[in-house]
Amino acid sequence: MSILLEIKNVWKQYGDAVVLEQLSKCVSAGEFVTIVGASGCGKTTFLNMLLGTESYSKGKILLDGKPLPSEPSQDRGVVFQRYSAFPHLTVLRNTMLGAELSASPFLGIVFNRRKFSAIREKAEKMLESVGLSHALNSYPHELSGGMQQRLSIAQALMKQPRMLLLDEPFGALDPGTRSDMHKLILALWKETGITIFMVTHDIEEGFYLGTRLWVFDKVRFDPHNAEAYGAQITYDIDVDQSAKRRLKKELELELEKSEQAFGASE
Amino acid sequence: MKRLMNRRPNRASKIFLGLLPFIIILLVYASASSQRLAENADDKLLPSFSSMADAINRMAFQEDKRTGQYLFWTDTWSSLKRLLTAVFFAAVIALSLGILLGVIPYLHANFSPLITVISLIPPMAILPILFIVFGLGELSKVVLIGIGITPFITRDLLARVLEIPQEQLIKAQTLGANTWLVITRIVFPQVCPRLIDALRLSLGAAWLFLIASEAIAADGGLGYRIFLVRRYLAMDVIIPYVVWVTFLAFMTDYLLRKFSKFAFPWYYQASNKA
Ligand SMILES: Nc1ncnc2c1ncn2[C@@H]1O[C@H](COP(=O)(O)OP(=O)(O)O)[C@@H](O)[C@H]1O
Ligand SMILES: [Mg+2]
Repeated sequence: MSILLEIKNVWKQYGDAVVLEQLSKCVSAGEFVTIVGASGCGKTTFLNMLLGTESYSKGKILLDGKPLPSEPSQDRGVVFQRYSAFPHLTVLRNTMLGAELSASPFLGIVFNRRKFSAIREKAEKMLESVGLSHALNSYPHELSGGMQQRLSIAQALMKQPRMLLLDEPFGALDPGTRSDMHKLILALWKETGITIFMVTHDIEEGFYLGTRLWVFDKVRFDPHNAEAYGAQITYDIDVDQSAKRRLKKELELELEKSEQAFGASE
Repeated sequence: MKRLMNRRPNRASKIFLGLLPFIIILLVYASASSQRLAENADDKLLPSFSSMADAINRMAFQEDKRTGQYLFWTDTWSSLKRLLTAVFFAAVIALSLGILLGVIPYLHANFSPLITVISLIPPMAILPILFIVFGLGELSKVVLIGIGITPFITRDLLARVLEIPQEQLIKAQTLGANTWLVITRIVFPQVCPRLIDALRLSLGAAWLFLIASEAIAADGGLGYRIFLVRRYLAMDVIIPYVVWVTFLAFMTDYLLRKFSKFAFPWYYQASNKA
């Protein structure tokens, strides 16, 4: 597998406060990296550095061997915890937006009928794969939290980015919806082969979804100044094997559950 | 018995309760007017409904002998023309400034203090300057209304643009938008319904500046007429004109609201606005 992302001795400081230090990692294309760590340890900051909305104080980040652009771009899709969908566009138009923007640099609106319906078809297919075919003409405020995240993922995948960045995307969802979203994101990841970075505060989720789990934590402490040292990546766990075992167990549980459900309904 | 604060009128009684004050005012006026006219048939202060109808008939449906015009309609037209021209330009300028300043931090740093200061200038105080610079014609009236409402609308729209969550602007960039496309596809469409809100709020001020400038220097218009016939204590003209101005103000507000609800359904559903 080719190297997608190289992080070389990256540090992040806000003034004198060191948030992240000595980050050095390589990530291959197609990996699913989950990131866990205590609240406030710098996970969002790290993800924003990959996104390009946050600068870093020292070090280098290379994407495909070239310096990572320091502003958001089409190589990096993003799904936030909320506010990711555009409230004035229907589900379909939200999903079409990315393709429309690149097809029409003047206004970002495609007037050519044939081009428009090609984009529309592609968006409809994408929405089908995230399970939103029934809501094409709804506005985001009419969707549940889980459906909004599905939409946001569909929007991002339409651009076929080099990597997808997710910051606690399922943190605000109820447990049932969450497990549906887990299945969806795994299915999409396998289908597209995209590289994913996902921050989560749920270590279970991190183990279940990722091929690689990073733990952010402080290693060095200064008793007189809590901000003297930042968090590092203290564990880099290859969870491929255990995830597979887990998947199998989950599947067994699922089957059991659905058998019970069928039994109950009869 | 429920507490007073928890008792709610039904639809029919709501309409009745709403109309009641109007009916009472009309009745009180009618009786006061007839009393005064019974004492003195030439009384001008509270003209009867019939003499007001006569005045309207004369102004609206008979040619003016001197000018050959139907004064009521030419007055309405000149006033609306001034108002709508000014509101149109105010909307265009405020929309452009609000969006550009809200999206581009350099422009914000450059111009937002200036706009704050301009919005604090009392427009009536610079009316003489406008008359000197632009003359007594149409332009100075339109400019007065424009100066009166543009800074307010601009500041309001700027605040609305800054309220758009950063997440949306970042997401748009990851979907391939540059600064211009963020404006055309994300910011502009979301600010449109808010522009209409701001226009509705500023229409009262716009009418104020219109009437004031017409009162001071004009050769036609609703405000001009009201202040002209005041010399003859012609309450039978003034009162219907005031009612008409009120009605026009109500209609512009009503039409803007209807249009906005029709054109931006997502805005009203999402925010549960009336
Ligand atoms: N703009 C900022 N200025 C100063 N400190 C910041 C800023 N943004 C984040 N921080 C600090 O950086 C640390 C990491 O924040 P964050 O990345 O949001 O943590 P996490 O996502 O892991 O909960 C926190 O201690 C926070 O106070
Ligand atoms: Mg965070």
